[in-house]
Amino acid sequence: MAFETVIGLEVHVELGTKTKIFCNCANEFGAAPNTRVCPVCLGSPGVLPVLNAEALALGIRAALALNCEVRASSKFDRKNYFYPDSPKAYQISQYDEPIGERGYVEIVVGGGVKRIGVTRVHLEEDAGKLNHSPLGDYSLVDLNRVGVPLIEIVSEPDIRTPEEARLYMEEVRSILRYCNVSDCRMEEGSLRCDANISLRPAGQRAFGTKTEIKNMNSFRNVQRGLEYEQRRQAEALAAGGEIRQQTLRWDEASERTILMRSKEDAHDYRYFPEPDLARVELSAEYIAARRAEIPELPADKRERFVRQYGLPAYDASVLTASRALAEYFDAVAALVRDAKSASNWIMGDLLAHLKVTGQEIEQVNMTPQQLAQLIGLIDDGTISTRIAKTVLRDVLEQGKDPRVLIEEQGLAQISDEAALRAIAQRVIEANPKSVEDYRAGKEKALGALVGQMMKETKGKANPQMVNRMIADMIAGD
Amino acid sequence: MLDMYSGLRALRAGLDAGRTSPGELFAMCRNEIARRDDGVKAFLTLVDDDPETQRRLRGEGPDAGYAGYAADGAAREGEAEFASDGTAPDGRSGSAGALAGIPYALKDNICTAGIVTTCASRILAGYTPPHTATAVRRLAQAGGRLLGKLNMDEFAMGSSTENSARFPTRNPWDLERVPGGSSGGAAAAVAAGMAPYALGSDTGGSIRQPAAYCGVVGLKPTYGRVSRFGLVAFASSLDQIGPLTHSVADAALVLQQIAGHDPRDGTSARVETPDFSRGLTGDISGLRIGVAREYFSEGVDDGVRRKVEEAIALLAKLGARVREVSLPHTRYALSTYYLIAPAEASSNLARYDGVRYGYRAKDADNLVDMYSKTRSEGFGAEVKRRILIGTYALSSGYYDAYYKRAQQVRTLIRRDFDEAFADVDVIVSPTTPTTAFRLGEKVDDPLTMYMNDVCTIPVNLAGLPAISVPCGLDRGLPVGLQFIGRMFDEVTLLGAAYVYERAAGHSPLRPRFAPEVTGHGV
Ligand SMILES: [Zn+2]
Repeated sequence: MAFETVIGLEVHVELGTKTKIFCNCANEFGAAPNTRVCPVCLGSPGVLPVLNAEALALGIRAALALNCEVRASSKFDRKNYFYPDSPKAYQISQYDEPIGERGYVEIVVGGGVKRIGVTRVHLEEDAGKLNHSPLGDYSLVDLNRVGVPLIEIVSEPDIRTPEEARLYMEEVRSILRYCNVSDCRMEEGSLRCDANISLRPAGQRAFGTKTEIKNMNSFRNVQRGLEYEQRRQAEALAAGGEIRQQTLRWDEASERTILMRSKEDAHDYRYFPEPDLARVELSAEYIAARRAEIPELPADKRERFVRQYGLPAYDASVLTASRALAEYFDAVAALVRDAKSASNWIMGDLLAHLKVTGQEIEQVNMTPQQLAQLIGLIDDGTISTRIAKTVLRDVLEQGKDPRVLIEEQGLAQISDEAALRAIAQRVIEANPKSVEDYRAGKEKALGALVGQMMKETKGKANPQMVNRMIADMIAGD
Repeated sequence: MLDMYSGLRALRAGLDAGRTSPGELFAMCRNEIARRDDGVKAFLTLVDDDPETQRRLRGEGPDAGYAGYAADGAAREGEAEFASDGTAPDGRSGSAGALAGIPYALKDNICTAGIVTTCASRILAGYTPPHTATAVRRLAQAGGRLLGKLNMDEFAMGSSTENSARFPTRNPWDLERVPGGSSGGAAAAVAAGMAPYALGSDTGGSIRQPAAYCGVVGLKPTYGRVSRFGLVAFASSLDQIGPLTHSVADAALVLQQIAGHDPRDGTSARVETPDFSRGLTGDISGLRIGVAREYFSEGVDDGVRRKVEEAIALLAKLGARVREVSLPHTRYALSTYYLIAPAEASSNLARYDGVRYGYRAKDADNLVDMYSKTRSEGFGAEVKRRILIGTYALSSGYYDAYYKRAQQVRTLIRRDFDEAFADVDVIVSPTTPTTAFRLGEKVDDPLTMYMNDVCTIPVNLAGLPAISVPCGLDRGLPVGLQFIGRMFDEVTLLGAAYVYERAAGHSPLRPRFAPEVTGHGV
């Protein structure tokens, strides 16, 4: 029997605020345990939360960037549960009045655009971290993360394959990074994902029983975890078995999902309105101001790159992977004759350099103006493409202008007709065999002569001129 | 001769004239405590009059608690305009003001950095907070001298102070009777002349009811008027800090110092702080006073009823226009309160789990076992009862029928008051249906105990300001008269109470054991 897979994602994103959502503690990753805490985030008796205006602003910006409708009036609620990662024994979250609802994200899949619905975006606080001892005889509690502002983005069950799930995650990350809402580093936990997955016979409308998978802490693991679970459910159903509603954990080491708890163990969180926080009332001006903070988003940029620069869709998607990269390209493309050459240099040598050095585009030692200058020097024949690759490497190392480096190292092409003719004469005389072969119709022999010529000029001869010149000289003998 | 019944203005004048000193006033209080508190048992913790303690409570110095929470400069981003720069906005006085050099005491649910704060609960035994309540910091900045921390019903849950995990406090008017609760220690300390004033907290009557039982003035300000930062939460949407004093004028002075927006309390109101003494003119001609029949139900003692009716007649004689108002949803107030307050409490008290501070049970097998043993052993019966009620009211499947319904009724109660205040400026009622009852009399009967707060609870549900002032004695025990005001209209409220207080001539009420001493002394 053929099954259709139905996936919905719950994505948690830590907002890149200076301080935590309800206190003045620094919002920082990687500090020594329990050093970014105060009575408020420790839940000491008598303390009160106060909403961080920056967290609200970033949350609203994110909701708008995800095409959500933003509520003019929303509220916070308490989600009650006992666990040492939550010093108040409740999490301040939003239950029935989230800041954003009814949004969507578009992904490019199978050559087309697919829209994935965003049910809601809500603000909440993060919990602490428990480090369990290897023998399970004690657990260490680190509360630095308590109170770090989060948004939870809940998708509609519109995702049909594990690949779509990964693409959706990547697009969400890209949008939020464009908006400077979060750095979205999965490896640091600032972007996290839980997935609901179920299968149903193809053509059936009702959903099958779902399982929830947690702990998929990389894009690769999101796809692999879902692929595993998809296969597991399909095999169980095909064998006439039943899926039980469970929460599972993706175990990267064994590459399988492991049972965390079943439906019967589900918590009653006893949500109720947080009495310590006033309702969030937003004016139309406030919402408009947040909307104005949203830059051109990746999907729009991709579309524009194709339209404005005539780039292939593939180039456009690579170049818009981050806002900084796209802006870098935009800057170079504005200064060169052919935007495709800018795209080629960035996607080729520059991205390779970033990969080798582990740098981000922001850290790179070459301005868009310098890259544009380099491309201009190829275009006007001052240097060859081959020399340009060397110059590029030197620019990235030394940060000097290409023009200066070419000058310093005498790398300009020899395009002087007379000078080249003298060298060509020497090469022809020293290689009678090749000349003979060429005359006999062996086109390849010309290549050998040109190669000899480039060797004599240390690569600086203009290759087109050399080709033509040697052919003419042999023919004219 | 000055004593702790003299009133804050007299003490101020004595200090200014050099007839006494802050040290001497503090010593006088300590003497009274030594003399009286073996019987009354109002204090849980005594604090020495040392400059280090005062400095820490002002939020100064390296040991002032968490730096970010010690000074007003710790305003949140985007709220800096509301923060104090160390000067005294909102009419608060500085170290040369009305309260400078004058001792005071605090209910033990108000946090004091470096000083044990237990809420009279075993679960917080020995707990020393790193932070100071905003209201206390403001008193300390005004030069107030903290005497100590006062007994209360555990976590402010109760009406007799018998729910203290330490010991019951007794009523200075009759040591066999309760002082009321939950701020019973605060009312008893002030009534017994051990402190000129104290701060308590009022969630359903916890300032006004003990004030009535002990014959002192108790003010519950409008919800949001005084910061709740540092007040250990019982029911967040109802709790409010307020003063217990010997006079309406003193209540106005203390309120002046503790009121005002606090960037650390998201529910503290951004409203102007008026001069609360402004309305103390002695003139109420034309003031419209409402009397709600619902507050004179069959549960009200005849003696109390008589005293309150006399008071209303007096107010009319003084020029007030008395008219009847209707608050039809009053009869649902008690049940509404006993859903909302326990619901919030069940969540607020969940943090006492033995993991980070306070009491932790020994010999637990695992985490859940530690939680449940700690909380079983750490909380008293009444607290557990309310946690259970509240947890139930919030549970899936019951939420709509209980908590949500209660919130809807709360809106109706609020609307009752809105409508009544369209026609009147203040509403007058008994503070409590009876005078102080005997220790042990109601301790096994929670429902009867809850009835004590029937006149005070609707006020908290509506968030309104209210004050209880003594209106004489019934069979030797004080009776309280409650004035209820409009939202943020403490000026009118205090003005009305002041006129009554002056004309009736009851205040300050001195218990038998503290007769007025005439002649010369300090
Ligand atoms: Zn903090």
